[in-house]
Amino acid sequence: MAGFNKANITPPRWLLAELTYSCPLQCPYCANPLDYSHYKQELSTDDWKRVLIQARKMGAVQLGLSGGEPLVRKDLEEIVKHARELGYYSNLITSAYGLDESRIIALKEAGLDHIQVSIQASSEELSDYLAGTKSFTHKKQVAHLVKKHGYPMVLCVVIHRKNIEQMPQILTMAEELGADYLELANTQYYGWAHANRDLLLPTKEQFEIAENIAQEFKKKVAGKMKIYYVVPDFHEDRPKACMNGWGTTFLTIAPDGVALPCHSARELPNLNCPNVNDDSIKEIWHNSKAFNFFRGDDWMQEPCRSCDEKEKDFGGCRCQAYLLKGDMFATDPVCSKSPDHHLINQAIDAAKENSLMIDEKPLIFRNRKNSNSY
Amino acid sequence: MSLNHNLNLKFSSMHRLQWEEAQQKEVILYPEGMVELNQSSAEILKLCDGSRQLAQIVDELEHKFQTTGLEKDIINFLEDALKNGWIQQS
Ligand code: SF4
Ligand code: SF4
Repeated sequence: MAGFNKANITPPRWLLAELTYSCPLQCPYCANPLDYSHYKQELSTDDWKRVLIQARKMGAVQLGLSGGEPLVRKDLEEIVKHARELGYYSNLITSAYGLDESRIIALKEAGLDHIQVSIQASSEELSDYLAGTKSFTHKKQVAHLVKKHGYPMVLCVVIHRKNIEQMPQILTMAEELGADYLELANTQYYGWAHANRDLLLPTKEQFEIAENIAQEFKKKVAGKMKIYYVVPDFHEDRPKACMNGWGTTFLTIAPDGVALPCHSARELPNLNCPNVNDDSIKEIWHNSKAFNFFRGDDWMQEPCRSCDEKEKDFGGCRCQAYLLKGDMFATDPVCSKSPDHHLINQAIDAAKENSLMIDEKPLIFRNRKNSNSY
Repeated sequence: MSLNHNLNLKFSSMHRLQWEEAQQKEVILYPEGMVELNQSSAEILKLCDGSRQLAQIVDELEHKFQTTGLEKDIINFLEDALKNGWIQQS
């Protein structure tokens, strides 16, 4: 943006490689775009290797391999091996569906650093329902195998109204599985989660009870298990410092090679996100319209523009401003200073009303058929 | 868990210690995180290879940097390192 000093651009540190949009699961809170089925092209193995080399040269060191389900890619081991040779710390972010012991060993040999297994809930019935696929028992087996083969075991549970009351059982499950890290990720309302918000957004009381239980547990397991608690920002009065600042730290590459400043940026209009098939990572990071769009603070409107907290939260999340208010330049409505803050209260009320209805409307599962209709 | 002066110290297999060219720094890498180290912290951790106890680490570093009186700082750092799970003792 005009006025932003390009000399201030910091190098990317985290590279999120979304290897594919294919996934055997159907989580109704999936962060992939609603219209994912329209993007059929996938980068080749060599394309990914090139991306890894270019981003590493700039300073990227943490690598997330995600999707969709990254295990669907037959060349995953080859990509992992290449990443290891370049010095990345690589994280496999997986549903564990279809992962067996021989592949866990092969990935270890290729140099994978850790595996993050996501489980949908603490009970088989609910977990399989949310995943849209029978998978709970297998996921638990995989979690044991991940431990057995010496990986740090990261368990991820996405939290929302359907499972938030299982918090105590979720914590017990994490202990039983020997998790070294537990990520309790309160749902962020983009993509499919946005479409299903009325069914997923918990009430404030539910949040508070669950958070207290989680914080108590955190003290109890200190030194044994690390807990990452991703805050539910709908019930906060300040937004999150989205992406640690636009174009400062995070680089996401979508399956078709589109480079995104955040994994939801595909939902924003007119960003013209560049593709790694056309430009180098360096060119994209420094010079593309998309990565410069919300750098610095020249783009801000009031109340952010003159707010003394703008260095702290950068005005919040652009995707949230766009999804809730229809204006991606607006102050994140989560902020209590935002003139649109009532939109958050409306969303909370609508979700609560929906939960009290006898015929709750059905969840929209993330699958090809539903995606085709967007 | 507190620092035992008579046990060998070893960098944790759940973390990775690595030189980062772009930052000109040693860093510790672990799931979802990275810690940048200053030079002295990195020197201490590199000696935690499972073959040395506290006294040996202090000796070697004092020798290397031609100085004395490092013990207190080294103990403070190792206690933090232990708490963060960066090192283990056996
Ligand atoms: S959130 Fe669920 S549906 Fe979406 S990619 Fe992950 S496992 Fe697949
Ligand atoms: S007004 Fe804008 S900058 Fe200030 S606290 Fe709210 S979101 Fe952050």
